[in-house]
Amino acid sequence: MADADDRWQLLLFPESASSVSGQVDTLFWAMVVACGLVVALVFTVLLVFGIRYRRGSPASRRGSPLLYHNRWLEIGWSIPVLAAFLFFFAWGALLYVEILDPPTPEDGEARRVNVIGKQWMWKFQHPEGIREINTLHVAVGQTVRLRMTSQDVIHSFFVPAFRIKQDVLPQTYTRLQFTPTKVGRFDLYCAEYCGLSHSGMVGEVVVMPPSEFQDWLARRDRPGTPQQDGERLFRQYGCSGCHGEASSVRAPDLAGLYGKPVPLESGGTVTADAQYLRDSIVFPSKHVVAGYAPIMPSFKDQISEEDLLKLTAYIQSLTPEEPDAP
Amino acid sequence: MNYLNAGYGLKSWLLTLDHKRVAWLYFISITGFFFLGGAAATLVRLELITPAGDLLSSDAYNQMFSLHGIVMVWFFLIPSIPATMGNFLLPLMLGARDMAFPRLNLMSWYVFILGGAFTLTAVIAGGIDTGWTFYTPYSTMFSNGAVLAAATGVFIVGFSSILTGINFIVTTHKMRAPGLTWFRLPLFVWAQYATSLIMVLATPVLSITLVLLGVERAFGIGIFDPELGGDPILFEHLFWFYSHPAVYIMLLPAMGVVSEVIACFAHKRIFGYKVMAFSILAIALFGFLVWGHHMFVSGQSIYAGVAFSLLSFLVSVPSALKIFNWLATLYKGHIRFDAPMLFALSFIGLFLIGGLTGVFVATLALDIQMHDTYFVVAHFHYIMVGGMVSAYMAGLHFWWPKITGRLYPEMWARVSAIIVFAGFNLTFFPQFILGWAGMPRRYHAYAEEFQLLNVFSSAGAGMLAVGYLLPLLYLLWSLRYGARAGGNPWDARGLEWTVASPPPKENFATVPRVDSEAYAYDTPQ
Repeated sequence: MADADDRWQLLLFPESASSVSGQVDTLFWAMVVACGLVVALVFTVLLVFGIRYRRGSPASRRGSPLLYHNRWLEIGWSIPVLAAFLFFFAWGALLYVEILDPPTPEDGEARRVNVIGKQWMWKFQHPEGIREINTLHVAVGQTVRLRMTSQDVIHSFFVPAFRIKQDVLPQTYTRLQFTPTKVGRFDLYCAEYCGLSHSGMVGEVVVMPPSEFQDWLARRDRPGTPQQDGERLFRQYGCSGCHGEASSVRAPDLAGLYGKPVPLESGGTVTADAQYLRDSIVFPSKHVVAGYAPIMPSFKDQISEEDLLKLTAYIQSLTPEEPDAP
Repeated sequence: MNYLNAGYGLKSWLLTLDHKRVAWLYFISITGFFFLGGAAATLVRLELITPAGDLLSSDAYNQMFSLHGIVMVWFFLIPSIPATMGNFLLPLMLGARDMAFPRLNLMSWYVFILGGAFTLTAVIAGGIDTGWTFYTPYSTMFSNGAVLAAATGVFIVGFSSILTGINFIVTTHKMRAPGLTWFRLPLFVWAQYATSLIMVLATPVLSITLVLLGVERAFGIGIFDPELGGDPILFEHLFWFYSHPAVYIMLLPAMGVVSEVIACFAHKRIFGYKVMAFSILAIALFGFLVWGHHMFVSGQSIYAGVAFSLLSFLVSVPSALKIFNWLATLYKGHIRFDAPMLFALSFIGLFLIGGLTGVFVATLALDIQMHDTYFVVAHFHYIMVGGMVSAYMAGLHFWWPKITGRLYPEMWARVSAIIVFAGFNLTFFPQFILGWAGMPRRYHAYAEEFQLLNVFSSAGAGMLAVGYLLPLLYLLWSLRYGARAGGNPWDARGLEWTVASPPPKENFATVPRVDSEAYAYDTPQ
């Protein structure tokens, strides 16, 4: 946070710095008010009854069967409770889907950043190929789409000021999208307990004005974009021997594959998203494409998570139109 | 001749078949576990006074919060009310001389102790650092702690729950006194019955999950570790399929106790008895359908998240109904504010806040922020400590004269109730704000801006410790020096108050006949 030096804070209004954080705050405070009223009501009733009907008080206790059960009263207080609950459920659900399954940004441009969590650090790779550890630089106003995986146990990518969190799983790609709206440095935490130095698995998202960000990019070494590296790895690991155009081995063609449905030998179809591509490299027998023999060898433990992300980025780049898939 | 002086010597206790003595065995053992878990919590709170991890090493800190969670959940909260007051009172409330299966009852205590021994061994033999949730693949492939021993302990103690559950179900069905129809049962019995159903149906899922975890850790057979072709999300599903209903294993008996106490100290029949009974059953049923709300950001389908959120909101409706009905019970009552009532009113207030903040975390967009932060920690402590432990204290004080034949010192008990209420709120309310501001749970060191609220929280924990140690002292004192209690010191209704305090060994000389509703406070007993 911007003024983290001050350790004596009540933190009632934590920093709010993404395109969704304001909406989350509105929902939060609406619920605080609604629930606060309920708490006030219940405590008032407890107090009033407690004083008025204390043992020995002169208040009238004239009896009636309605003192012991009253169907209309039960229905009467259930319905408003249910209605309020359904209202907040719907509000929360709509916003949740918007945050975790967001539409492609309006300008169609999302900056794709690869994220690898490992005990106990965060590793990032920018689309230009720039690598960072525990710090992620981004430009204010630009949508960032993270493709995340873990090298070991479950971690969770959490930036409180952006009101976003997503678990990061081994052998699995999860994604998270955000658009920062404020310049500043914002804490990044691992939120899923991951062992000895769990609380040391922290970092920062540095949000810069666009021009400064361009300068920052220009100052950094560019070892090659993930796609370019992926293309090289595609040959190096021998993928092109079977999946290349001139190959004599009968293997599925990868051009135009990304985002398309794939019929399986076992029946059913899967969508060729990043997870599918990764599984096909590491666990090739998991999804055998219909009409092909299960002859692909597994590359499990032979290709690092970094290289898998590059290969995936390369194969993805063979499909020109960018579909709205993970 | 009562059950306490019916036999002397260690053997008369360790081989007893009397449900009242088995209850004592549990009282003593879970009190030990409560203070062990409390000691671990004390170390955690001491560490968190400063942002830097300076009091304990990271490893020791991780072991302390894991020990706290495992001991408090499985060795205190889950057995607490059913195994102690449930064992003591169920036959008395039903007009029976004992449980349906007295030997099974004793055996479930031995199974409990065996499970406890395994877990304590795990603590001594290297500790455990997985948290009480045992998430894979950390627990199976990465942790260096004594995971197998601890998991074995939890596996074994599960059978204790199952045996107790079966015993309660059969006893409630078959041992009710003549005239004691289902809708004349005290709500405490309804609550024990519903809890027993959950114990019998949910605990086996935990047992199976722990076996699978053990198989993966010991033999490397891939079930949850994706490196071996397993699925870590599957573990989360299986774990929470048990562990969410387990919250209701803790909570429903608490609701049962509070209903008894409120009716007695308002001197009035419970408002909406049938609604209260059916809402207990509804909570037990819906409790099985909401486990996925622990996994909104786990990577499970977000549309599954939407369904689990809706179901979680629905389970809140019967809980809200119970609060309203307790309030309506107070209306036109004759309210006394003795210590059991103070603890029961604390329960209502704290459970209300715990329940409403549960609605916050059931709200999908808010849970993205709050999941795995101190907001969740505060929320479930409001339910389990503010709710469940307050109810345990309410019940303990309410039935103490019946169990021991002695009155506790009322003034000290009221002081304790007030200290616990204030200390509890000071400990856990700041944690809601910490979580909303983004402080993750299970952090050994934390960012500096979180310090002030953590200092409040640790100060509250100190008060809480005093509030819980006081009863230990004055209750023990009262065993020897407390005034003799009559059969019915509170002018309460119910079969347990018709016998002497302490009750005779065989409970009832002649089988009682019941010809009125529960809570007949409008007629003299």
